[in-house]
Amino acid sequence: MAGSTLEIKNLHVSIEDKEILKGVNLTIKGGEFHAVMGPNGTGKSTLASAIMGHPKYEVTEGSVLLDGEDVLEMEVDERARAGLFLGMQYPSEISGVTTSDFLRSSINARREEGDEIPLMKFIKEMDSALDYLEIDKNMAQRYLNEGFSGGEKKRNEILQLMMIKPEIAILDEIDSGLDIDALKVVSKGINKLRDENFGCLIITHYQRLLNYITPDVVHVMMQGRVVKSGGPELAQRLEAEGYDWIKEELGIEDETIEQNA
Amino acid sequence: MTVETKLPYDKDYINQFSQDRSEPEWMQVLRLKALELADTLEMPKPDKTKIGKWNFSHFKHSAQGEKISSLDNLPVEIQDFLDKENKSENLLIQRNHSVAYASLSNELKDKGVIFTDIFTALNEHEDLVKRYYMKDAVSVDEHRLTALHAALMNGGVFVYVPKNVQLEVPLQVIFWQEDPELAMFNHVLVVADDNSSLTYVENYISNNNEKQTVANIVTEVVAHNNAKISFGAVDNFAEGTTTYINRRGVAYRDASIDWALGQMNDGNTVSENVTHLVGDNSNSNAKAVSVGRGKQTQNFTAKIVHFGKQSEGYILQHGVMKDSASTIFNGIGKIEHGASKSNAEQESRVLMLSEKARGDANPILLIDEDDVTAGHAASVGRVDPLQLYYLMSRGITQKEAERLIIHGFLAPVVSQLPIESVKEQLTQVIERKVY
Repeated sequence: MAGSTLEIKNLHVSIEDKEILKGVNLTIKGGEFHAVMGPNGTGKSTLASAIMGHPKYEVTEGSVLLDGEDVLEMEVDERARAGLFLGMQYPSEISGVTTSDFLRSSINARREEGDEIPLMKFIKEMDSALDYLEIDKNMAQRYLNEGFSGGEKKRNEILQLMMIKPEIAILDEIDSGLDIDALKVVSKGINKLRDENFGCLIITHYQRLLNYITPDVVHVMMQGRVVKSGGPELAQRLEAEGYDWIKEELGIEDETIEQNA
Repeated sequence: MTVETKLPYDKDYINQFSQDRSEPEWMQVLRLKALELADTLEMPKPDKTKIGKWNFSHFKHSAQGEKISSLDNLPVEIQDFLDKENKSENLLIQRNHSVAYASLSNELKDKGVIFTDIFTALNEHEDLVKRYYMKDAVSVDEHRLTALHAALMNGGVFVYVPKNVQLEVPLQVIFWQEDPELAMFNHVLVVADDNSSLTYVENYISNNNEKQTVANIVTEVVAHNNAKISFGAVDNFAEGTTTYINRRGVAYRDASIDWALGQMNDGNTVSENVTHLVGDNSNSNAKAVSVGRGKQTQNFTAKIVHFGKQSEGYILQHGVMKDSASTIFNGIGKIEHGASKSNAEQESRVLMLSEKARGDANPILLIDEDDVTAGHAASVGRVDPLQLYYLMSRGITQKEAERLIIHGFLAPVVSQLPIESVKEQLTQVIERKVY
């Protein structure tokens, strides 16, 4: 069997007793790139955070399965070791922990004790990934995300993605705050991973990222659900016409889940 | 006047102790005067910590330690501290009260650098020691413990770097309290003359988990005009030792004194680290980290006093508290009248790992001058759940993620220590204390 399969079934998620996701269904298989699009406040980031196990989000109904295993029963670190990765929109700053030490711990966390990655091999792989993403080598010795610019943080997330090589990656607004050059580099990194063993869920509200990473499937989220799915042409139509036609088609007046109400 | 505790050592004892070491007369006089003062002076009163019942009077005052013929004969725990990179060329090991090992490179000797135990210094460099001993930095009569220190001083080192001499390699001292009942009344005196620079690192080690004793340590660091001193320390006294440690610096014009203190004692501890920025354009970076565990009570004061114009002071204190440990962190930035264009910054952060632990950060700014800048940040909190989430989302277990965050939190001092082996030792001590 090629790659892993992530199945999200009827997922309902609340934050502080307010329901944000109201029954999301999605299946991502190894080899597939999915894009989840939608205006702000429709639940896209909540979907990403809930799958990874963010402490503030509570799953009230539904299931998330990775190759049939119940992800929701797992601790955050177990989810990661099972093959999930979340490229975060707002990665934490960890003072005193170098990017390099963190990466090595992350890689070794997936390996058996006594089978840690040899230091030289690690450095070689990291240097080549840093080069590929056009990141200054000093970053490896800087404290994780501390004092990083928005663009550096995003590149660092992709660096981690390339080094950790998960089965399924979710990238939450990995394009936000990037200029066009950075966007190209980040896309190049993601595209490099494309093969039949790697599945990816790309969350964005701009079509422009999808000019560089062509998705196999595009989903539109509104009101905490996936309301429409289609091929890459769906993203292009959204870029040209916006979201109003979908709202009209589906009779939706307010697409948000009233997060700020 | 009441004396809380009766001293076990009297005038005759001190006279004899001083004579046995052929000390100069002024030293003997200073000791005896200090002994009288110790009877009349009050104990120090560290803010928010009661030390009235702490043991500062039951100890053994004198014990010899054997010489070490070769560094290879040292116990492994001591060997771990040695500077492998520089082959421990400039090293002094004090075992109990004896110099067990002393080495100074010929190059530094030729340049006039003095690096020797305090008793040898009193005999061979009497004038220099007399000029600085409890003069510029710490006074005998500050309180009972400084007086006791002066009366009973029984070990320590003297460092002097002459004008225009720059030391490229660090000087290292290991104070090894091998006898579990032995008190350390250590005096460390570090003087950098004009335009000189040096790096000094010291380690205090003991293993007296059950036996009770005292460490009463005074360290005076003097940086003359345009001198630069980098001072690193790892304190690691065992549970049985009650510690008073006073590290004080005086920086003259354009001078700088940087501190990196790993305060890892397991017993009750009062530690003050004060720097007087006397000269214009002088500066100090005072960084300290600590881990509290068990039932120990600790009180840390980091203080920088600005007298000189355009003087810069930066204090950083990070502490991790577990079990029922209780610690107060006082950070004091004081700008005297006339110290215009000075800058006093401080940051105190406490990470709590247990419900029963106590940690307080008290940031204090005392400013008597208008044209200055100052700032402080203080926080007491738990491990950030979002940081944990982020690390765990890469597959790192919660335990390992917490470990990374704690080491990261204490990194500001670990990364400053100039000797790689001492850095590793501090990391190991942290590891041992936290887990």
